[in-house]
Amino acid sequence: MGDETITAAEKECILVVGGGISGMTTALEAAEVGKEVILLEKAPYLGGRVARLYQYFPKLCPPTCGLEINFRRIKDNPRIHVLVLSEVEAVSGEPGAYEVTIRRNPRYVNEKCTACGDCAEACSLMIPNEFNFDMDQRKAAYLPFPMAFPMRYVLDPQILGTDDAEKCKAACKYDAIDLEMQAETLTAKVGAIVVATGWRPYDAKKLDTLGFGRIPNVITNVMMERLASAEGPTDGKILRPSDKKPVESVIFAQCAGSRDENHLAYCSGICCLASMKEALFVLEKNPDAKIKIFYIDIRAMGKLEDFYNRLKDDERVEFVKGKVAKVEEDAATQDPVVEAEDTLSGEKIRAQADMVVLATGMEPSTATERLPMDVAYDEFGFVVSDGSQKGIYAAGCAKRPVDVASSLQDATGAALKAIQCLRR
Amino acid sequence: MDKKVGVYICSGCGIGDAIDVEQLAKVATSEGSVPVCKNHPYLCGTEGAETIRQDIAREGVNTVVIAACSRRAKTEAFSYDPAQVVVDRVNLREHVAWCQPPKEEDTQMMAEDYLRMSLAKAAKMEPPEPYQDEINKGILVVGGGITGLTAAMEAAAAGYDVVLVEKEAELGGYLKKVFKTLPKRPPYLEMEDSNIGALAQEVEGNPKIKVFKGAQVESTAGAPGMFDVTIQSNGSSETVRVGAIVEAAGFQRYDASKLGHLGYGSANVVTHLEVEEMAKAGKIVRPSDNGPPRSVAFIQCAGSRDPDHLPYCSAVCCMTSLKQAKYIREADSEAKVYIIYKDIRTPGQNENYYKQVQQDEGIFLTKGEVASVQEDGDKGLRIEVDNSLLGEKIEIKADLVVLATGMVPATAIGEEIEVKSEEDDKKKSEDEPEPPTDRIIKSNVLNLTYRQGPELPGLKYGFPDSHYVCFPYESRRTGIYPAGCVRQPMDGMMAADDAAGAALKAIQCVEMASRGEAVHPRAGDITYPDLFLQRCTQCKRCTEECPFGAYDEDEKGTPLPNPTRCRRCGICMGSCPERIISFKDFSVDIVGSMVKAIEVPEEDEEKPRVVCFICENDAYPALDLAGINHLQYSPYVRFIPLRCLGDINLVWIADSLSKGIDGIFLIGCKYGDDYQCHFMKGSELANYRMGKIQETLDRLVLESERIRVHQLAINEYDQIPSLLGEFLEKIEEVGPNPYKGW
Repeated sequence: MGDETITAAEKECILVVGGGISGMTTALEAAEVGKEVILLEKAPYLGGRVARLYQYFPKLCPPTCGLEINFRRIKDNPRIHVLVLSEVEAVSGEPGAYEVTIRRNPRYVNEKCTACGDCAEACSLMIPNEFNFDMDQRKAAYLPFPMAFPMRYVLDPQILGTDDAEKCKAACKYDAIDLEMQAETLTAKVGAIVVATGWRPYDAKKLDTLGFGRIPNVITNVMMERLASAEGPTDGKILRPSDKKPVESVIFAQCAGSRDENHLAYCSGICCLASMKEALFVLEKNPDAKIKIFYIDIRAMGKLEDFYNRLKDDERVEFVKGKVAKVEEDAATQDPVVEAEDTLSGEKIRAQADMVVLATGMEPSTATERLPMDVAYDEFGFVVSDGSQKGIYAAGCAKRPVDVASSLQDATGAALKAIQCLRR
Repeated sequence: MDKKVGVYICSGCGIGDAIDVEQLAKVATSEGSVPVCKNHPYLCGTEGAETIRQDIAREGVNTVVIAACSRRAKTEAFSYDPAQVVVDRVNLREHVAWCQPPKEEDTQMMAEDYLRMSLAKAAKMEPPEPYQDEINKGILVVGGGITGLTAAMEAAAAGYDVVLVEKEAELGGYLKKVFKTLPKRPPYLEMEDSNIGALAQEVEGNPKIKVFKGAQVESTAGAPGMFDVTIQSNGSSETVRVGAIVEAAGFQRYDASKLGHLGYGSANVVTHLEVEEMAKAGKIVRPSDNGPPRSVAFIQCAGSRDPDHLPYCSAVCCMTSLKQAKYIREADSEAKVYIIYKDIRTPGQNENYYKQVQQDEGIFLTKGEVASVQEDGDKGLRIEVDNSLLGEKIEIKADLVVLATGMVPATAIGEEIEVKSEEDDKKKSEDEPEPPTDRIIKSNVLNLTYRQGPELPGLKYGFPDSHYVCFPYESRRTGIYPAGCVRQPMDGMMAADDAAGAALKAIQCVEMASRGEAVHPRAGDITYPDLFLQRCTQCKRCTEECPFGAYDEDEKGTPLPNPTRCRRCGICMGSCPERIISFKDFSVDIVGSMVKAIEVPEEDEEKPRVVCFICENDAYPALDLAGINHLQYSPYVRFIPLRCLGDINLVWIADSLSKGIDGIFLIGCKYGDDYQCHFMKGSELANYRMGKIQETLDRLVLESERIRVHQLAINEYDQIPSLLGEFLEKIEEVGPNPYKGW
């Protein structure tokens, strides 16, 4: 079922907070067992972080392929109730019998929308495109991405009160634009809650020696995903921001913030593989490109070692053991120049490239946005969920920094924990 | 079912601007003699949708053709009781109006053909009836280590009966031998007791769990909801019925006797396991003299990350060595510990533990590769390390060496067999592609009585894990879910989480089977293949090609279907030369009728026709995306979506060619090692079958260029216009099909 007005859950119901790939998985796995589920997502669409990835490692397959299957499973399953643009405001009660207050923010587009696109056609107001990490702009009336689910346009609140708002409204043949739409408060009774609030990239601006925000050609790993993507700001060409030149050389700086007492003291688990994957994006677009990866330890667990070996065997890719300490800009070329200590040789090394990609780590969303419910956090802000708790469980990257497959194993297990709680 | 067809054409979202809707309606009313045909400017709106519902309720319409937007859009507005009403959607929006120039003759012809095809299909679709049988909801767990015990407890806690089989005399598996486990809780610094003994006791005391110890699964017959598992224990055999299986057979340590180059064989070279056992017994000693070791060297990746041994990383050895270093330091604060590593792999919060160990001044972490381990007189062992951080050869002396040996999944141990089709042995031409084959290791874990072999097909290195990033429990045998270290190397905490996930999938499988529904990826589908066996020629293609081993065979080779094993992909339907395999809403006849419904213009009109069979999971949405992005492509192509490209039946190719269709294009998912096909082998099988089409072409005296197979990922929609354009150019070069007008 798609986005809808909430039906008071008469049967025992599970609330899943977060509609990224983990939350969707928990919701679907529980619903396919036969349980009622409310799936809550803050953004106007499902898919979370993975919707913005170009390809997964190690298969180099598009995340939209799995999302499409999951969207179909949701559409076919009347037991899943999707609420986007929604957040939990309060939780009361106890395991087996919670009452949840939910705030749903206005979309300004109602269920009559056919996704024909006439509103976007009529709109001239452009706003920074957060989906592409502000690397370009989009219309203030927009479909979040071409495969978005629910497949319905959104008006950004910035459009309210402008002529464009009226133009959009006038352009819609189906009376789907409602500029008076207000936030609403909904309540639901649920037996168990699964927290799948995921992660966000660590703010690279805090890594002041690495130049992000100051040097245009220093970007982050999540931005690279958008550059490689056909729907990204550069139509899938990997161009460097300063002069839109196709990149010929890229340096990846691992542990940008991770394994660092001043930033994220833990290892983010996925950045080694992510950089290797992104190195292949660069080589896919430009087979003659040269890649350097500066690292402390390469952490390619299990069979992912094969992926590491694939890169090690590629002579266009060089692994340098050493942590990047500093990035500066060569004024003449606008090339970033990195300085690192090669721990193998002990020498200070400098290297220059068209672009530097900071392998920024995963910060749990709950590091700063605590949930209005009774959960414990570790020192990093991850939700503690080791099986001893009852009623509220965490899944995926809300719990620990892991890759997609591991998150989904966890999300599937969380569905069972939640179901057990319904039996009380 | 007596059909009463209703056709509903939407003119919204630009459809009415692109095509003449009145003219289109005549295809239904005049050509198709459809009793009910209505146009609406906004069919998915309240009024439009209500019109259809009223016609169903009052006019007896039971077959609804909706000519509007993609079947992926507005599903709620157009959903009806599947037991009463069959529905087909004609995609006039994304596949016609948004990708073709408006009001052109070719655009109109395209829309009209799609409606004709849909009418042909709808006339033959029947409402499905779910497969019902007596479904047992019990869960079998094979393995009594942390994974199996947890899976059993989790399934029981959700209310399901469990049978647990453990080959050893006692439950507990590897953890039973372990002194302390890795930290699980913040601040992730303290080693913990495993509590495996308490867990084992809980399992044995749980009235919902029946435990067989010292036991072995002798055979597993049947299908989800009706597995008959014969368990041998203490000399007697017993058969139990269960609904689904969690395969938690665990791992063995890599055989250290193969690591002579790392000194194994010397008295004072031991493995992780021996250190755990000594620590558990109270004291870690040098085996040669039972003296306390003053210096201990751990050699990481002993056999792992090594192409001559285990090419993969065993994932837990870094943390285990760090932990065992602590055992030694806590027992003797004067002892020195060296850890020789390639990379220290402590992902996530484990980094805290690593940092704590780094701060211990008696523990020296040395990056390098061990060149040799030699006995050094009475004094102990001498380890030569290459490629150290200092860039030179260094030598470490220790009086105990610990090899961090890796993990081998239980499923990797046994004779490997290749499941070949019998056709392989027949004579065939050199350039014919090979059919995809599975490799199965006879690991003696499940001993399935399946036609396709006794265990789960493995991927690399004998792990029967899922190939899908997005669907980590997607195994190749329905209702059987590997968990823990048979899937990938992992620590006890991850294994316990994994056990819960696999238990959920097992529960889900029995629940879905009890409702007659398919499991992932066609979750909820209640159609299933029906075989008209009187016409079966025992060619065995269906039994060999099913990616899930759904069919068994009798002694003559007649297929024996197992509907609850079936994933409803339709690959068997495509494999069958006698066309005897059908679903209620999808069959060789239905698709053949769609092909025949296409109007093929005369040769002098110079309007070629291409039939394009596409995978509905990825290629179909990709075409929608092409439409959403208003990409324009050839108007001469007619798309026919299939459940999987592996459904392609050679008869459709013959149908198309004999009708005068000029070219046939197949678009499916990527295959090969990194396959993206949701049914594992479907797109590869389609390619294989097309390799065998030459005979048909020769018989019809037609060129092989008329047929092409392409692999397209869902996000490669931008390539669609040029792909089709190039194919059409090729077709124009080859010339019109001479069978036009026959």
